[in-house]
Amino acid sequence: MKTVVIGVIGADVHAVGNKIIEHVLTEHGYNVINIGVLSSQEDFINAAIETDASAILVSSLYGHGEMDCQYMRENCEEAGLANIKLYVGGNIVVGKQDFKAVEQRFKKMGFDRVYPPGISIEDAVADLQEDLGE
Amino acid sequence: MSVQLLVDFGSTYTKLTAVDIEAERLIGTSKAMTTVKTDVLEGFDRALEQLRVSYPDLPEITGVSACSSAAGGLKMAAIGLVEELTVEAAKRACLGAGALVNHVFSHHLSRKEIKQLRQADIDIIMLAGGTDGGNKECILHNARKLKEANLGVPIIVAGNKDAADEIEEIFEDSPVEYFLVDNVMPKLKQLQVKDAKNIIRQIFITKIIEAKGIKRAEEKTGEIIMPTPEAVLIAAELLAKGYEDEPGFGELMIIDVGGATTDVHTIGAGYPKRSEVIFKGLQEPFAKRTVEGDLGMRYSANALLSLVSPYEFKQYYHREEAQDFETSVRRRHENVDYLPEDDAEKEFDKAMARICCDYSMSRHVGHVEVVYTPLGNMYYQTGKDLTDTQYVIGTGGVLINHDDAKDILREVNQKSNKKLELRPTNPIFLIDRKYILSAMGLLGQKYPKLALKLMKQHLE
Repeated sequence: MKTVVIGVIGADVHAVGNKIIEHVLTEHGYNVINIGVLSSQEDFINAAIETDASAILVSSLYGHGEMDCQYMRENCEEAGLANIKLYVGGNIVVGKQDFKAVEQRFKKMGFDRVYPPGISIEDAVADLQEDLGE
Repeated sequence: MSVQLLVDFGSTYTKLTAVDIEAERLIGTSKAMTTVKTDVLEGFDRALEQLRVSYPDLPEITGVSACSSAAGGLKMAAIGLVEELTVEAAKRACLGAGALVNHVFSHHLSRKEIKQLRQADIDIIMLAGGTDGGNKECILHNARKLKEANLGVPIIVAGNKDAADEIEEIFEDSPVEYFLVDNVMPKLKQLQVKDAKNIIRQIFITKIIEAKGIKRAEEKTGEIIMPTPEAVLIAAELLAKGYEDEPGFGELMIIDVGGATTDVHTIGAGYPKRSEVIFKGLQEPFAKRTVEGDLGMRYSANALLSLVSPYEFKQYYHREEAQDFETSVRRRHENVDYLPEDDAEKEFDKAMARICCDYSMSRHVGHVEVVYTPLGNMYYQTGKDLTDTQYVIGTGGVLINHDDAKDILREVNQKSNKKLELRPTNPIFLIDRKYILSAMGLLGQKYPKLALKLMKQHLE
C-alpha cells in the first residue's frame, strides 16, 4: 500500500476539499496521512519522512499557494526526500491567470503535477497510479 | 493494626513515611542520608531508627514498598527519526517513566554520536523511528550501529512495527540485550507510550536497581518498584482523577524545585479551549512530565548564569540591597549543602526558585501562535493548554521549607509579558509540607483511596 501525505498549506483553513481528497484516495487504496489545514512545508515534510510517503499532495484555495510552495522541492531534498512526488492543486495563484503559465511556474519550482481549479480528484488519482506505478 | 512503610531512596536523603492503614492516618515521616556508596541499608536503618524515636508508639510494620532515585536516578537516551515526532515521542515515554533524558538523537546515528553514547552514563536506550508502516530504513540503520557499538546497555525498541523482524535478526546473535515493544508513535502525531513505560519500569526493577547497588535494600524493603519521579506522577494522576466515590482535584500541576533539576508534572488533556485554536504537533500525554536539568537550586545553579542576566535577576529578587549575582550563584554550586543564613541570602534562594518556576513553566506549557488568514485570526496551539489548571502543588526542598512558598509558586501564573504561553490563570496553591507525594504514589498502588485521602488532608 502506497502512502501519500495530504494537507492544506499556509494560512489556509479550507477543510472541506481536504476531507473529500482523503476520502477518495482512501477508497482507491492509498494509505492517506492527512495533516489537515494550516500546515507548513515542514509539517508536510516531517510527516512524509516518518511515514515513508511516496507523494505529497498540497492543496491551497486562498490564492497564496505560490508563496507557500516556494522552495518546497529544495526543502524536500534537504530533508532527504529526493524521490518524492509533489502535487499541487486548487486556487494556487492570485486572481485569474493563464493556467499554462501557472503550471509552468510550479513545474519549474519542482512540482510533478499541477492542477487548475475545478478539477476532480479522480483525475489526480489516475496520475498517482501512473506515477507511483500501481 | 497494619502499618505500611513507604521508602524513597533519594539522591541525598532516604525518606520514610509510615501510614496506619486501618486508622487511615499518616503516622509520621523521617529521613537520613542515603548511603549508596557503602551500604544502602545503613541509611535506611538510621531513618527507621529515627522514626521509632520520634514515634515511640509506632506499631510493627506490616508492609513496605519503595521507590528510588538514588545513584543518579534512571538515565536514558532517546533516539528517533524526526525531532518533533518520533524523537519527541521517545523522549516523552522516558520522561513519563521517571527517567532523566540527557541524550537525544535524531535521524541516522553517526560515529560521533555513538561515541557520545559510549561516554555517557546511561542506563537504558530507547530506540524509536517511523510510524507503523512508515520509514524503517532509519531505525534499521540505527539498530545496526548500536549492535556494532555493543554498549552493554539494554535497548528498548519502540519504532515502526514493520522493522521489528529485521531488528530481531540484527540483534539476535549479538550480546545486545533488547526489548521489542509497541511503537511510541504508531500513527503520525499519535502518542502511545504505555507499553514502553511498562518495560522501562520492568528493566528498572530487574536490572538498574542492582547495577546501582541498591538491590541490597530489597532484603528489608521488598522489591523497589519504580523510579521516584514516576511515583510522583502516579500520585498526581490519582489526586487529579479521584478514586471511586472519593473525588479528585481535577486538572492539576505539581512543580518540584530540587537541587539539580526542576520537574513539572501536569494532569489534564490540555486541548484547545476555543474553536479558532488549532492543535499542532505531537499528541500530548494526559499525565505529562518535563525535567529541566539547567534549573536547580544547587548542583545546577551555575546554569542560571547563562540563562538570566544580573539585570533580569533583579526582577525576581525583591530586596533593595545589592547582591553579587555571580558570587552568590557560584557559592551555591560549589557548596551544595549551603543553607542561607541572612535575609538577603534567603531572598536570593527565593529569587532562584522563582526563576526555576517561571522558566520551567515557559517550557512545559503550550504556546499559541497567531495566523492571519482571510477568515480572520486563527491560532496554532502546540503543547498543553493549562489555563484552567485548578491546583498548583509545590514540592522539593526550597518550596517545602519556605514560609512564603506560595509567593514563589505565583511565578507559574499567566504573565503579561508572556501572553502567548498557556499558563494557569487563577489556580489554588498548595504545598507538600510533609514531602509525602512520592510515598502516596507508592501507597496508591495498593491503597489508592487512602493515598488520595491522605494527600487531600496533608497538602496545605
